[in-house]
Amino acid sequence: MLLKLNVNGQQIEVEAAEGMPLLWVLRDKLKLTGTKYGCGVASCGACTVHVDGVPVRSCVMSPQNLADAEITTIEGLSSRPGRAVQQAWAEHNVVQCGYCQSGQIMSAAGLLAANSSPDVSEIETHMSGNVCRCATYQRIRSAVARAAEILKEESQ
Amino acid sequence: MTATLTRRDFLQGASAAVATALVVGYSPRGTLAAAPNGDGSLTPFVKIGADGQIAVIVKHFEMGQGTTTGLPTLVAEELGVELDEVAVEFAPSDAKLYANLFFGGFQGTGGSTALANSFMQYRNAGAAAREMLLNAAAQAWNVDPSTLDLSNGMISGAGRQAPIAEFVSVASTMEVPAEPQLKSPDTFRLIGNPNTSRRDNEPKITGTAQFAMDVQLPDQLVAVIKRSPRFGGMVASLDSSEASAVPGFVDAVTLPAGNGVVVYAEDTWGALQAREAIAVEWDFALAENRSSDELDSALLAAVNAPPDFVAKEGPGLEETSRLIDNAAQTVEAEFYLPWLCHAPMEPLTCTIEPTADGVRLHDGCQFTTGSHQALAAVLELPMENIEINTVYAGGSFGRRATMSADYTVEAAIAFALSGRSRPVKLVWSREDDLSGGAYRSAFAHKVRVGLDADGRMIAWDHRIAGKPIFKGTLFEQAFVHNGVDHSSVEGVADTLYGIPGQFVGLTDFNSAITVNWWRSVGHSHTAYVMESVMDMAAKASGRDPVAWRLDHLSEGSKDQQRLAGVLRLAAEKSGWDRPPAPGRSRGVAAHKSFSTYAAQVVEISRDASDSVKIEKVTCAVDCGMAVNPDIVKAQIEGGIGYGIGHVMRNEITFENGSVIQSNFPNYQPLRISDIGAIEVHIVDSRESPTGIGEPGLPPSGPALANAIAVDGPRVTRLPMAANGVRFA
Repeated sequence: MLLKLNVNGQQIEVEAAEGMPLLWVLRDKLKLTGTKYGCGVASCGACTVHVDGVPVRSCVMSPQNLADAEITTIEGLSSRPGRAVQQAWAEHNVVQCGYCQSGQIMSAAGLLAANSSPDVSEIETHMSGNVCRCATYQRIRSAVARAAEILKEESQ
Repeated sequence: MTATLTRRDFLQGASAAVATALVVGYSPRGTLAAAPNGDGSLTPFVKIGADGQIAVIVKHFEMGQGTTTGLPTLVAEELGVELDEVAVEFAPSDAKLYANLFFGGFQGTGGSTALANSFMQYRNAGAAAREMLLNAAAQAWNVDPSTLDLSNGMISGAGRQAPIAEFVSVASTMEVPAEPQLKSPDTFRLIGNPNTSRRDNEPKITGTAQFAMDVQLPDQLVAVIKRSPRFGGMVASLDSSEASAVPGFVDAVTLPAGNGVVVYAEDTWGALQAREAIAVEWDFALAENRSSDELDSALLAAVNAPPDFVAKEGPGLEETSRLIDNAAQTVEAEFYLPWLCHAPMEPLTCTIEPTADGVRLHDGCQFTTGSHQALAAVLELPMENIEINTVYAGGSFGRRATMSADYTVEAAIAFALSGRSRPVKLVWSREDDLSGGAYRSAFAHKVRVGLDADGRMIAWDHRIAGKPIFKGTLFEQAFVHNGVDHSSVEGVADTLYGIPGQFVGLTDFNSAITVNWWRSVGHSHTAYVMESVMDMAAKASGRDPVAWRLDHLSEGSKDQQRLAGVLRLAAEKSGWDRPPAPGRSRGVAAHKSFSTYAAQVVEISRDASDSVKIEKVTCAVDCGMAVNPDIVKAQIEGGIGYGIGHVMRNEITFENGSVIQSNFPNYQPLRISDIGAIEVHIVDSRESPTGIGEPGLPPSGPALANAIAVDGPRVTRLPMAANGVRFA
């Protein structure tokens, strides 16, 4: 079936099998491979993208009826919270293998867009859907807090 | 598995294709030789293009452990440039040139060896390149090379300055210094620098890093395999008629060995859907058909029977038993440690692409030589017609390296069966990963310790049962002696504690369930048992757990001193001598693995409902010289998280031979809210660097168990959450 999507600010028409989740449309059809497959059942968060600015698990999301939505993947992340998160991630050397980090960053950017100064328990609650098998959690926790600080500095 | 690089002989080469490039490497023959036209005897670690661009060729894959930062750090340090000035490239497959110096003539990564085996090799390569460039500049300017300096990509001195690019062409014709001058450690700027940024930050933060799962070649087919739900099952019949209706479905073919069906489609989703649609009947006559209760009973029976093999004689089985029977006090426990899956974040995958005369493998390739040989064997191609393009690996924890090259062989068979005309990408789903074997074997331990009337240890009888890793493989000769697979007993038979009268017996457990090394290998179960029993013995003797351990590390060997050193440091940094806050308790563990010494103190709290929360982990580590201290810390943090997560919650279980766990919801990984702060203290050392990817794991589980045992049960059966421990 022909899908009409707005991905990273671009209007796209793409042919995909009916029922193919957004994740596989992004990865296999649009070659936007920054969004990762980790479990396919919305249990690890590696596939997190933004739909109208809100983090969603693309592995269980139907791409139908998204014609009017703005889909943002890691490749198109350019919001202020997104850039602050990326800067903090680099400052804190968060990544190890890196495979989950696109999803972690998309989740963290979504959190900060909604809540610019989360406390530790809000960070943990929001980020608990994103698995990191390298267990970079301690750095994720501090990098999200650092990103909030960067946003605060920028707005002063 | 150790070898020491003592020769510093270098060679230089400039291939016809890069006539003006300087390439410095280490000759496998240990002789000086020029290697024109890409002669295979050259090991190029450092390339400098005519434009002055420096590239470091990294011979180890990157699974997150930091090789793409660590190896370039060594070169940049000696060459005298900043780390961000060097480009990083993964080496091609060529065991003659890029072998792991601890693995014989085998190119590959594992056993926490990447930095340790490369330390002198990459420093020497950087130092040699520096000397050649300085000599070339000295010649051009007609000055003494000792008056010149190289920094920030510039050579300066004698009142002049010019970019290194100007001298690459001349330098590449010069003799390579046999023993280049290495920097003195007290002048290091990059080695040991705590503020180093990882070189893989940028691609991994922007989503541009290419992993094997991200390979998208024109016209590629995606292949998934329908495997027997029970280990050892065979295809009895296949009906793929229903799959024809799945968009993108191409074909379904029974594997030649009969152990599965390969399903091809035009894309990943199509392949996964088509696999659901095909119907396979299985023959389970030769399969593992037992359920977990039967498997566990058999394993526990094995550990309670007289051992098949003796790993450490001590006073002998009977005398050890007699000593313990007659002891004033005995400490006794039986442990069960479950089957575990690695579950790296990126499920297994690789792509085989046809080339003019062979194939190219795209993979986060851990055992490069093994994959290369497997492709040559399955596809009946000469080694030289096979290329390997190494890309980032989304974790491994041991899974991407198997002695059978399992998923590479599957991909090769799928490629061969497809007609070899299109690239074939083999993909494992998460479900495939969890049910696919190559597990850490379940292990049972039975330990009896005898103490005299003064609480002194007099004998230790230790029995182990589990499925061995090396027995029956190509590595059997190296790792199995007198029937004892070293990987089953490491950490017990070679304990650093001065234990009088220790007997260690081993019984192999047989099953069609496949096993493999899992992060920290044997130490993943032996440290749990050793450090739990040490705590139990300390309690029985009335000694403080830290003091008790130090009592048994007092014979003066360097090994004991280093383990005692981290134990004291972890105790000091965790405030061991001060009582914990009300509602909190602490546990300690110390263990040497992969030549590195680690001690940890875990502090937990309990809430009103008796739920345990891990508040803080304090770790002291002695890994020799820390080349990238922040990466050392990250590896320890990760090892602790990986270890504790599995001890808390994970096990693979079976029902009539089928794996029950199917995906993360029922193999629940550690999550961000599960663990508090981890504090890592690195012992300042001038010793050669040792392993860091694995040593953080072994003490983590027993330190947690020992903390829980202070005011709660002694957990001898894992995972904890399934055996009476509630976590907040």
